[in-house]
Amino acid sequence: MKIGVFVCHCGLNIGGVVDIPGVMEEISRHDNPGFVTDYRYMCSDPGQMRIKDAIRDMSLDSVVVAACSPAMHETTFRRTVEAAGLNPFRCEIANIREQCSWPHRDEPEKATEKALEIIRASVEKVRKNQALSPLSVPVTGEALVIGAGIAGMQAALDIADAGCEVTLVERLPYIGGHMAQLSETFPTLDCSQCILTPKSSEVGSHPKIDLFTNSEIHAVSGYVGNFDVTIRRKATYVNWDVCNGCGLCMEKCPQKIESGFELGLATTKAISIAFPQAVPNRPVINPEACRHFTQGKCGVCEKVCPVGAINFEQEDTFIDRKVGAVVVATGYDLHPKTEVGEYGYGVFSDVIDGLEFERLNSASGPTQGEIRRPSDGKTPKEVVFIQCVGSRDQENGYPYCSKICCMYTAKHARLYKHKVPDGQPYVFYMDIRAGGKGYEEFVQRATEEEGVLYLRGRVSRVFEEDGKITVFGVDTLSNKKVEIRADMVVLATAIVPSRGQTELCRLLKISTDEWGFLSEAHPKLRPVESLTRGIYIAGCAQAPKDIPDSVTQAGSAAAKVLALFSSDTLSHSPEIAVVDEELCTGCGLCVEACAYDARTLDIRRRLAVVNEVLCEGCGACQVACPSGATCQRNMELSQVMSMIDAVI
Amino acid sequence: MKLSREIIATEDKRKLQDISGEEVLSCYQCGKCSAGCAMTSAMDLLPHQVIRLLQLGQVEDALRSQTIWVCASCLACSTRCPRGMSLPNVMESLRSTFLRPGDRCLNPADIPYELLEILPEQALVAAFRKYT
Repeated sequence: MKIGVFVCHCGLNIGGVVDIPGVMEEISRHDNPGFVTDYRYMCSDPGQMRIKDAIRDMSLDSVVVAACSPAMHETTFRRTVEAAGLNPFRCEIANIREQCSWPHRDEPEKATEKALEIIRASVEKVRKNQALSPLSVPVTGEALVIGAGIAGMQAALDIADAGCEVTLVERLPYIGGHMAQLSETFPTLDCSQCILTPKSSEVGSHPKIDLFTNSEIHAVSGYVGNFDVTIRRKATYVNWDVCNGCGLCMEKCPQKIESGFELGLATTKAISIAFPQAVPNRPVINPEACRHFTQGKCGVCEKVCPVGAINFEQEDTFIDRKVGAVVVATGYDLHPKTEVGEYGYGVFSDVIDGLEFERLNSASGPTQGEIRRPSDGKTPKEVVFIQCVGSRDQENGYPYCSKICCMYTAKHARLYKHKVPDGQPYVFYMDIRAGGKGYEEFVQRATEEEGVLYLRGRVSRVFEEDGKITVFGVDTLSNKKVEIRADMVVLATAIVPSRGQTELCRLLKISTDEWGFLSEAHPKLRPVESLTRGIYIAGCAQAPKDIPDSVTQAGSAAAKVLALFSSDTLSHSPEIAVVDEELCTGCGLCVEACAYDARTLDIRRRLAVVNEVLCEGCGACQVACPSGATCQRNMELSQVMSMIDAVI
Repeated sequence: MKLSREIIATEDKRKLQDISGEEVLSCYQCGKCSAGCAMTSAMDLLPHQVIRLLQLGQVEDALRSQTIWVCASCLACSTRCPRGMSLPNVMESLRSTFLRPGDRCLNPADIPYELLEILPEQALVAAFRKYT
């Protein structure tokens, strides 16, 4: 067998440490390859040309490229050998950069010795490599989008506009997410509802979007291209197909409750539509408040409904869907009031959070857009905004920056000043992070033209005194402690993943970081993919981000989904586990060892079975198998033994 | 330091801004003026700290500072300022505000005779220019 060994210098990355001519001489003398050569940059076009030429001219059977990590260029070099007529799985990468020259930079002699051993082992491995062909998996060209905030809506629209069916699932009875609660948006101060409602109505009427509001994901199984999903549609006690949204039921309902949409700043009825422009514009009965459910009597809504849409007997229904890809866009929540523990949040009614300020400022909000404080409805003349409440606070909250608070606080302070020109807004901040198009200019306008006073420092104490909220803080720029007797305090509380995201991740088998935000496959180069193939992420579910970034990421996730759907099948690596049925005893140890749920036990035949699509070829089952029945293609026991022999 | 909308927007502060023609809130406290000032070793407050006091409405504190008298109006700060603010104009407005009541000017009779003996004439002229 003629093996070609191609050693890359990677500039000075490898060549500056490893004695490449020495390594080449040793390999050609003792390891019986067919051909050995080197090049400064093997991944460059001329470098690849060398490999192709050598395969043809020297009639090579296999190739070892000694270079960087296979994560970088395995695909490149396998394509190169394929172009020269070899089976791509007859090409192996010997990693002499990440695992040799970089960590052993200070010991070039030992690095040279190690590089030699790594290459030798790869030569022995490739000697027994089989020619393989990729596996083919069918793809269902329909997508599931979880969460119908701005990110989920955008992803659904982009996929649907390309002609693919989308199932969009939203936990709340309406779509739009937190964006529906905002008054204006930075940095242009256009009304949030005005830019959101065209999108939500498009989602509501799109022929390719199947919308499930008031619904949750109940179960998920399967794998890329072939997910089986069960959606639980919670009972609304209103037959939405019959209801015409006239609102008479809400008008006549005798039971008032706190409005969740208004964050407790206003009341609504036990049967309600969250806000006037809600999509779908259909009411939902809250069974925890409705007198029919709590007291067993009432039924006023049922009596007044002109179309007979009320149905107290309605039950949750379960809907099954088969989809090829999933986009998770479950959004965020604010750090809960009960957990802040300082600044009188949740204790003093005039200490509110950013979202509550949005409602106070909203034309459709509890005060019709007039800035009036919750306790007595007076117009506050001195308002203190405190940034980084829970964010960038390793000891009492979260170490990360919530990213949007600098901008929305500047927006709040400016909007306040527009509505209360003789009022004074103060902003306590640590740094102003305004990195976005037009953002810095927006903040500068707040400070320079609109008289928002920025104070650099954190607040130590907030307490109520004679109907005022006294704030103790500091201004580190003037080295002075600051005391302000304010009428209202607005806290920019930390962004946290939305409630229930952890459970959803467990269903989808995708990972999160230590704070519960979804993990991306690569922080820079694969920011919208999860580590599970076929599951994509968008919006604040991944990390705090503003509307433009959420929309961008959603579009990008949609592009990934459409690329997956562009063909009826997708290919999967054949370098996966196989079971020798003669040797397998059906002990099931491999099933426990598999991290990808790719192993199952066929009880009837007492055999372990590999799901070829789910198997990632990690080799854990091969290690766990006590009878030697499991092996990984092109990493068989005999290959591993000869690799070890080559090294020792 | 107590802050309120009355303290921040005082009549004194408004007058200072009228005299200097500078909006002190346009300063974002980068400190470049202080970094390049040749006189800081003799100052009790750095130039940007004087501006900060004015932003906070603490006009009296700024007026009491030695910095406003040490400033040589060399324009090194305003040449460098990324916000285009003229600090020498602000310093001059502070000096003239300090002197405006009339009882704080330099009285030639107060200069000790021994000092007059050794004082360069140019310094005397400069002192009259600055302190009256």
